Amino acid sequence: MDTVFLSRLQFAAATMFHFLFVPLTLGLSILVAYMETRYVRTADETYLRMTRFWGKIFLINFALGVVTGISLEFQFGTNWSRYSAFVGDVFGSLLAIEATAAFFLESTLIGVWIFGWKKLSAKAHATVMWLVAGAGSLSALWILIANGWMQHPVGYTLKNGRAELVDFFAVVFNKFGILEFLHTVPAAYVLSAFVVMGISAYHLLKKQHVEFFIRSFKIAAVFGLASSVWLAIEGDQHAIHVTETQPAKLAAMEAHWETRTQAPIVLFAIPDEKNERNLFQIGKLPGLLSFLGYHDINAQVKGLKDFPRQDRPPVLVTFLSFRVMVALGALFVLLTLLGVLLRNRLLENRLYLMLMVAAIPLPYIAIQAGWVLAEVGRQPWIVYNLMRTSDAASPIAAGQVFASLAAFIVIYGLLGLAGFYLIVKTAVNGPEAEKK
Amino acid sequence: MILQSTWFFLWGLLWAIFFMTDGFDFGIGMLYPFIGKTEQDKCSMIAAMGPLWDGNEVWLITAGGVTFAAFPIVYATLFSSLYTAFMLILFALILRGVSFEFRNKIDNPAWRSIWDKCIFIGSVVPALLFGVAFANIFQGIPLDADHLFQGNFLTLLNPYALLGGIVFVVLFLVHGALWLAARTEGKLHRRAVSAANIIWPVTVLAAVAFLAYSAIATNLYVNYFAYPLLFVIIVLAVAGLLTVKLFILKRAYFKAWFASAIVIVSATFFGVAGLFPNLLPSSINSEYSLSAFNASSSPLTLKIMLVVVLIFVPLVLAYQIWAYTLFKDKITKQDLEHERVY
Repeated sequence: MDTVFLSRLQFAAATMFHFLFVPLTLGLSILVAYMETRYVRTADETYLRMTRFWGKIFLINFALGVVTGISLEFQFGTNWSRYSAFVGDVFGSLLAIEATAAFFLESTLIGVWIFGWKKLSAKAHATVMWLVAGAGSLSALWILIANGWMQHPVGYTLKNGRAELVDFFAVVFNKFGILEFLHTVPAAYVLSAFVVMGISAYHLLKKQHVEFFIRSFKIAAVFGLASSVWLAIEGDQHAIHVTETQPAKLAAMEAHWETRTQAPIVLFAIPDEKNERNLFQIGKLPGLLSFLGYHDINAQVKGLKDFPRQDRPPVLVTFLSFRVMVALGALFVLLTLLGVLLRNRLLENRLYLMLMVAAIPLPYIAIQAGWVLAEVGRQPWIVYNLMRTSDAASPIAAGQVFASLAAFIVIYGLLGLAGFYLIVKTAVNGPEAEKK
Repeated sequence: MILQSTWFFLWGLLWAIFFMTDGFDFGIGMLYPFIGKTEQDKCSMIAAMGPLWDGNEVWLITAGGVTFAAFPIVYATLFSSLYTAFMLILFALILRGVSFEFRNKIDNPAWRSIWDKCIFIGSVVPALLFGVAFANIFQGIPLDADHLFQGNFLTLLNPYALLGGIVFVVLFLVHGALWLAARTEGKLHRRAVSAANIIWPVTVLAAVAFLAYSAIATNLYVNYFAYPLLFVIIVLAVAGLLTVKLFILKRAYFKAWFASAIVIVSATFFGVAGLFPNLLPSSINSEYSLSAFNASSSPLTLKIMLVVVLIFVPLVLAYQIWAYTLFKDKITKQDLEHERVY
């Protein structure tokens, strides 16, 4: 195992772990802010209890998201120094802007929100949560613009042996990054909606705090439905843009080997990368891949065989992660739609409630699959068509990385367990009792 | 030249602000097992930094981020050369951050004692290692012509660097004790004051030793003798340290804390001014050093980042000062009751 492989493994572990917490932070902050605003407007104590209960879950989750985020910034320097030196002129500034323009606001105000109940007016306190939510999404925007640049580098020139910025606005308004933002943030909202619906369903099944959880469920169901429908619409645009900018990723995510017109989509297959074919496939839908990529069933789609082997991403992982993401995405539209339809008869539909408890992990799986698709599908490039991942790692000994990777696994494993336990415990305990 | 020099100054300033703000959190975390005797003491100590530590830590992310943006090769070389040190800092910060949130969630002594230990480790390790890291920067590290690090973790743990680590630890201890003294009452308050009184002379000793050792171990003073006006920084650091003691005697703890903040900023700039224009000197050959002039980003990036920093840093300072003033009062029992809910 060499430095590059171990560093990739470490970055993957750190990012995926970090992204177990970020989505819930992004979505739940909005739901909590909404609940608190309802409390300020109506003076209804239930909304206050909702704010506090969901706020508590939000905060445990938030802490884990924050502390695990620093490790990503650090790793660009520690493990990917050649990458950092090569792209810092463009990429470094995006990270610095994220910290100064967004993350500061979020981190400073979250402390004010936790400790400021008595120090601020009710209205100001609710406003603080809206600002936390807004700053969180703004953070995501800058990070995704940075990732968008790795996916589709623009606005730079090669000079002095590195990528130098020539057009800042081209980088900021890079369509790839904007689309990623418009995809990732609603995905985070869907996840948050499912967490709130799932926990609410658990309590409704036990017939406890009924009014409290029906109200929570309804808010989340509407939020989740709007977000999941949006995701489907935006996902379509995303696919067209990937086709245009990353044709090898498109071919890999569909295990599409031969260049042809009226290219089909297969529902499922097992790609055989060695022999450049699919071992087994079912459900061939003619013309659909051409339609997905170009909105034209007659369009020609370049197959994997027309990319040099060393420029192809791993096909199996890319192919499977895309399928998992899309299948779950469709399911989310269905489940949230059902939730909205059944919103006034939730208690009578126990089967649906059980389903929603069981569904909590699904958006987590979908989001992780989506990132695997984005990042593994970008391989073998760290910056698409510009720098290979294999050229990007630090000139350090593999043993050092092995040791830190082992430490990551142990520490994150224990933190994950502790965090999961605390969140589940808080969720199952339910809200504080009503004031008599 | 002016642009790069400006960025060199900002680079130093952002790191200095990080040490000044999160420094007192590290200090309180290090004092935690020693003067936090009762459960209420411990909760008060966490509450004293609770609303502020997270915002303080973002100065680290910003300082790191601008190093990346303005001096990418320095970022790449520094972080990969000091790999083990930065990983240890990282893990320590992770443990510290979750401990504040996790500790009071379960009413069980064993559970709490795990996170109590993490608060201490998570504070002492970054305090010590940032000191070690910066002393190594002041001194220079073995970089070859290709900016490759020709050393290992033990190279970094040399006597001068360890003294740097001790200086940071004692500076932060005083800084934390003063913040605690300002925000607490009763026995805890008295213990915080006596901690500040005990550590203060050690800090003076360590600071003098560091200033003297720097003359032997580093080239920092070359700039000072070329531009004697720079000695103002050292005067400021020493005067600040004396003022700390003066305000402690007057029982003006916020003022003492403020003086201590000036000491920390001056201490950082003592090294930064001596380094100029180097950001990471090579101890093998001064021609291999990374400087503001040979390691910076393009003028366009530096200009854009300058605009960003000039707009947002004052804004951040404004709302952080607002947050600080919001939480400047003495922590009451009622505060602790309320926070238990979270």
